[in-house]
Amino acid sequence: MAAPAQRRIIFQHIDEPGYSNDLACYVRNGGYEVLKKSVTRPPAELIDEVKKSGLRGRGGAGFPCGVKWGLVDRKSGKPIYLIVNADESEPGTFKDRYIMHQDPHQLIEGTMISCFANNVKQAYIYIRGEMPHGARILEKAIAEARAAGFVGKNICGTTYSCDIFVHRGAGAYICGEETGLIESLEGKRANPRIKPPYFPAVLGLYQCPTIVNNVETLCHVKYIVEHGGDAYTKIGTPNNTGTRIFCVSGHVQRPGYYEFEAGKITMGQLLNEVCGGPLPGRTFKAVIPGGSSAKILRFGERFKGKRKVGAELVDYDWGVEDVPMDFDSLGMIGTMGGSGGVIVMDDTVNMVEALANINAFYSHESCGQCTPCREGSLWMKKITTRMVHGQARHEDAALLKSVADQIPGRTICAFGEACSWPTQSFIAKFGDEFKQYPESKKAAKPAGAHELV
Amino acid sequence: MNLQPATLQSIDEVITHYPVKRSATLPLLHLIQEDVGYLPPETCEWVAAKLELQPINVLEVITFYPMFRQKPIGRRHVKVCRTLSCALMGGYKTCAQFEKEFNTHRGEVSPDGEVTIDFVECLASCGTAPVVLIDDDLHEKVDCAKAKQLSDQIKAEAKKR
Repeated sequence: MAAPAQRRIIFQHIDEPGYSNDLACYVRNGGYEVLKKSVTRPPAELIDEVKKSGLRGRGGAGFPCGVKWGLVDRKSGKPIYLIVNADESEPGTFKDRYIMHQDPHQLIEGTMISCFANNVKQAYIYIRGEMPHGARILEKAIAEARAAGFVGKNICGTTYSCDIFVHRGAGAYICGEETGLIESLEGKRANPRIKPPYFPAVLGLYQCPTIVNNVETLCHVKYIVEHGGDAYTKIGTPNNTGTRIFCVSGHVQRPGYYEFEAGKITMGQLLNEVCGGPLPGRTFKAVIPGGSSAKILRFGERFKGKRKVGAELVDYDWGVEDVPMDFDSLGMIGTMGGSGGVIVMDDTVNMVEALANINAFYSHESCGQCTPCREGSLWMKKITTRMVHGQARHEDAALLKSVADQIPGRTICAFGEACSWPTQSFIAKFGDEFKQYPESKKAAKPAGAHELV
Repeated sequence: MNLQPATLQSIDEVITHYPVKRSATLPLLHLIQEDVGYLPPETCEWVAAKLELQPINVLEVITFYPMFRQKPIGRRHVKVCRTLSCALMGGYKTCAQFEKEFNTHRGEVSPDGEVTIDFVECLASCGTAPVVLIDDDLHEKVDCAKAKQLSDQIKAEAKKR
């Protein structure tokens, strides 16, 4: 079956010739019209549209945005803050970068609509430190929007006022975790907070109710408020509404970003048709479907079970290529849609070496607050690095698994899960390769193989 | 602290962005580092006084975030992405090429003082791997040939000085 056409609602203007990131160009293309209309509507109506839309957060967890907004404590008398999570740092994910660099006003408009809907008077965009140009572009765009009355005092001539400031991170992955981000914005180490009691919706920034939304999520909000929640549910599939931006990297002919209706395209269509298939002379071996912490899939494995289609339960029997790319389908086969970062590995890749690369990342990025994560991620890195650069033992797979199994569920934040899932899934799916590694590492590497750690 | 007037002005401005002064810790450290090139030892005391904190509150932030450095580096900072998508496309070779071009090792200042080369984690541009951040500029699809070309450019700019 041929892949469907892209449906670009968020990336509509990305890479469009002649489209620039200044206010004039945005306004020429109908920009800020949605905000102008929104500020004349009752805020509760806007929240209802987002609830109706079924929008799920695009940062990785897929938590319903309307529910998140519904949890905000509006009776505390304290100010409500909104933070844009622009700390895009899940390996394999690179969608927010393009929104911020090429279409920053789309983000600002979505942010202001969300602020108005939730009676927020101050918003912050927390952008990762490694995007200095992105931060400057956003600052310039905010200044332009402020001068034009779309940000700051008396927005669009109303009595509503709300400002946005850009706040730069400084290279720590854990700042993508919303409570770690809040700590960082408060000027501290980004040690995530324990929940309960520190749910951001109740006790967030400065112990005030706080909404933290991903960049792409807020752009979807703008689209939803413009077209209506019901219209949005017509895009995508039930419970996986709207579009998803897939960031494909690694061993495919045409890596890049592609926006499709959620669940309307399969992994096989995405990789073989849209991305042009494997590199010449290679075959696909494995794919990580939703950022590096998502559990890996092995080409050739099959997934069977029952799934809901409308009101009925039907059997499914999928290969990796057959899996529809949406939160629920990927969840059913034991992995996740996460942030949309699809990392493809072909037959030149040794899985022990790939895992060693991932483990080095998580070990570097653990905040160090919880012992199982700090020590576990370090030991998983040490073991896999030793296997590659030192002596590999047949029993290493079992040892790695035992370390990984002792982390999840025993940490304050989801980093514990994120760092153990790669090890657990690599060993579950490629256990043979780990057991044979002491022998196979002595053999010549396949042509085109790269050093990974 | 010997900071330029423009930096001091930015520092005073950025503090007004937050209802709680402590929030300005990261922005202040960025501004100082951009001005001085690194965070000299007196940073902790200076920022703490400015934001009404204890010096340890600043030190613990400096030591937590990978982008803050307490020692000078080369005139140019070459950050090569090490994470999976870039490694799959040859990021390690790219890094080795830069090391060879400047006769140095990762984490050290090159003998001519021109560059410091570092491996960093994911730079969020995985679709154009391998990527390299030189100072503030992102360079995409940096294979060995492009690494050589970028190195030559840095060397040519150094000669002009």
